[in-house]
Amino acid sequence: MTDVFPPDLIRLIVSFVIVVAFAFTNAAVLVLVERKICGHIQRRPGPFEVGPHGLLQTAVDGVKLMAKQMLVPRNADAGLFRAAPILSFVPPIAALIVVPFARMLQVRDLDIGVLFILSLAAVNVLAILVAGWSSANKYSLFGAIRAVAQNVAYEIPLLLSLLTIVIWVGSFRMSDIVAAQGGFWFAFTPMGFVAFLVYFICGIAETNRAPFDLPEAESELTAGFHTEYAGMGFGLFFLGEYTNMLLVSAIATTLFLGGWNGPAFLTTAGTGFWATVIQTLWFLAKVYGLIVVMIWVRWTYPRVRFDQLLNFCWKILIPISMANLAVTAVWLKL
Amino acid sequence: MIRYFREIFEGLWSLLVGLKVTGRFALAPTVTTHYPFDELEVTPNYRGHIDLVVNPKTGKDKCIVCMMCQRACPSGCITVKGQKPEGAKKRVLTEYRLDFTKCSLCGNCVEACPTSAIEFSHEYNIAGTSRHDFHYDLVERFRDRCRTLGVEPKIADLTPVATKPKPEREKTESQGDRKPDG
Repeated sequence: MTDVFPPDLIRLIVSFVIVVAFAFTNAAVLVLVERKICGHIQRRPGPFEVGPHGLLQTAVDGVKLMAKQMLVPRNADAGLFRAAPILSFVPPIAALIVVPFARMLQVRDLDIGVLFILSLAAVNVLAILVAGWSSANKYSLFGAIRAVAQNVAYEIPLLLSLLTIVIWVGSFRMSDIVAAQGGFWFAFTPMGFVAFLVYFICGIAETNRAPFDLPEAESELTAGFHTEYAGMGFGLFFLGEYTNMLLVSAIATTLFLGGWNGPAFLTTAGTGFWATVIQTLWFLAKVYGLIVVMIWVRWTYPRVRFDQLLNFCWKILIPISMANLAVTAVWLKL
Repeated sequence: MIRYFREIFEGLWSLLVGLKVTGRFALAPTVTTHYPFDELEVTPNYRGHIDLVVNPKTGKDKCIVCMMCQRACPSGCITVKGQKPEGAKKRVLTEYRLDFTKCSLCGNCVEACPTSAIEFSHEYNIAGTSRHDFHYDLVERFRDRCRTLGVEPKIADLTPVATKPKPEREKTESQGDRKPDG
């Protein structure tokens, strides 16, 4: 038995299934949460009719998306067109493997954890580019062009702000970074706070959400890069976006907000069952707190113009994150 | 350099103010109506189709069958019929039909009525699967509305008179020369 199925393989498959299930559940919950928060900000109840207070709305929407035919435009590059949604959906899920939900709840504690996540997150740009290019539609292509320009620009301050923490801890390993925040969280130090702010702004830009949602600007580009997608093709882009939100918030929680550590006396570093439950709850509470802020931000600010977007990145975020990195490096050497 | 940082801080502050505004709205109660389950009361001067005015105490109508409304209607959508019961001095209403498919809601009938016997209803949830659904029998509607008000409807209850023998002496004022219903 163990010759045919090595225990490590079984463990990998089981944990991957759990991670995928978690990503799907997360997307289903977040779609509803997003629509509810959006509704209440606009002083209406949001989805209300399907199930009590509209709780089953996402299930019904999912059935609708799955039942729809996935059309491929006549001039489209069919292979790439079909590959793009998968390309946007798989990397964020794969990146969840190194996220430490609790001390004992992490699929793989890679020693290059942060790098692993960032390299997988960069595939998202490729997915959008492929989707926009293969659709043979000018709106899709414009959306893709914008996405590439935006994500390439915003990846720099994002990396620099994460690098601040990495040189502070001296390790790319996620568990080391969490362990370094046992006493204080990096977001509550001056340098850490600036890095956190820069990271959070870039994270919103990386997930292509308002106010940086230019790649899918409805009012200008119909739906941007996913204009031509119907049914589950669109559904996978949607899942990818919400999984990306989860990932961005999970990284922020791990690197800046103490990971699975609770505040002061409410924390536990144990490895038992209940300790794991408490740690997971703390982690998820912080992650979903950040996600709610992202949703709140989306329904508050108007979309930025393209020149404002790039100016903001090159003139403000990059200089500040560079200066922050330099200050941190000097302070660590002192 | 100072300007650069001041712009950043002022920008950041304005963003926080924006978040505060939407945050306050998010926690405030909603202001929408769950439409098919509850409905808004429409403004009193809303013009729905016409209805006969009910006297909420006696359950009587005010119509004197003068035919002014039928004559005033530019689209010919009103059909009024009345009769004079024996011994009575005034004619009473027996039938009031409205073809709402043709009505343009001009209100000439309401203005023409000398006794203010017709009014605009506040019905706005009107839907039907056939145009015949919009040929209203306002007398029937009058009876329904009386029952919801809790009074006995006293309108067009002249069946004993109508079924009397000597039909040639019966004075049925059928001036509506159109077919009453579709």
